Amino acid sequence: MSDHEHSSDGLAVEHHFENADQQYQSAKLGMWVFLATEILFFGGLFVAYAVYRGNHPEVFVFGHHFLDKNLGALNTVILICSSLTAAWAVRAAQLRQIGMLKLMILLTMLFAFGFMGVKAFEYNGKWKHGLLWAGQYDPHLEDHGETSHDVIGEEFAEDAHVEIVNEETVVEASEAQTAADADRSTIAPAAEGPAGLAAPDSAAADETGEEIEPANAQTFFSIYFLMTGLHGIHVLGGIGAFAWLLLCARRGDFDSGHFTRVDMVALYWHLVDLIWIYLFLLLYLI
Amino acid sequence: MSDHESSFVHVSSVKLLLIVWVALMFGTWLTVSASNIDLGFLNIWVGLAIATAKAVLVGLFYMHLRWDKPFNSFFFLGAFLFLFLFIGFAMMDSAHYQPDLIPGYSPGMGD
Repeated sequence: MSDHEHSSDGLAVEHHFENADQQYQSAKLGMWVFLATEILFFGGLFVAYAVYRGNHPEVFVFGHHFLDKNLGALNTVILICSSLTAAWAVRAAQLRQIGMLKLMILLTMLFAFGFMGVKAFEYNGKWKHGLLWAGQYDPHLEDHGETSHDVIGEEFAEDAHVEIVNEETVVEASEAQTAADADRSTIAPAAEGPAGLAAPDSAAADETGEEIEPANAQTFFSIYFLMTGLHGIHVLGGIGAFAWLLLCARRGDFDSGHFTRVDMVALYWHLVDLIWIYLFLLLYLI
Repeated sequence: MSDHESSFVHVSSVKLLLIVWVALMFGTWLTVSASNIDLGFLNIWVGLAIATAKAVLVGLFYMHLRWDKPFNSFFFLGAFLFLFLFIGFAMMDSAHYQPDLIPGYSPGMGD
């Protein structure tokens, strides 16, 4: 807090700026404008979430049971730790502690990779059970005693293959379900009570351990994959940005006390963390 | 830069960074615990309140808004203002059509 002696940015001041302060503040304002556009970019998806959840809460209650709260919490912890190291990296750059800066950048990248690893594990589980977005939604939730043959088959299968495997294993259950669904969409809304937040009918679900699936459950997974996918792309972008910072640090760009780049990347990274805080709550915890 | 040695830069102390980190961790624990208790319609609001408290911590301290020019905060909050308008109007509109919806029938939302 007290180290203000290294306060200047160390970069040459471009001729169109009055001084280093103005140059730095301009860069920062530009970054904040960018972050504002990022909020609005994700905003569209949050609107989709809000509107669909407002109208069909049962779909979200059903869907979120397939997300692992613990993995989501683990990823939240990982991202918070990475935010700490990113903020620390800024401090190190400001104080020209280049070794510390490199360490913090590396740690942040390590956490980012950890996050993507957990995400990949989760996506893989969804993929195996057919819990995918709209058209690809094709759940086979029974713990199919996975012979290695099945697993290999599924992993490498085109969509068509997956469907075949699926049909073989769940024929009976799905026939009844399909019939019920067909009725539901054509007949009488009046006959149905409000689905609302009513507890799932556990008696009927006992057989397979599945809950009664509300209509359009796939929409939850469409929203899930879009939101976490877009967020995941941002994490990948962040990894790229930190890799660039590491190169800059190697090259000695920060030796002069120039830290604007580190600061901007860290701001971006904190925003990615911030968005995840909300995604974790809205998708995993409901 | 020698013409401007005044402190336009705020260097956060390690202590502060760690305190915020602990607070964020606690917030995460709190939000998970709160989600395990059934509070009815309050659940989502409690969750959102905790998440927003965490977001404010990240913004104020990790993103330096606490020491920044207020204009940056103004810009950032402006984005949220427009986001709320977007969500609010979309939900009001959707609620308006709610009586016309047929339960379980959402053409175009399936495959």
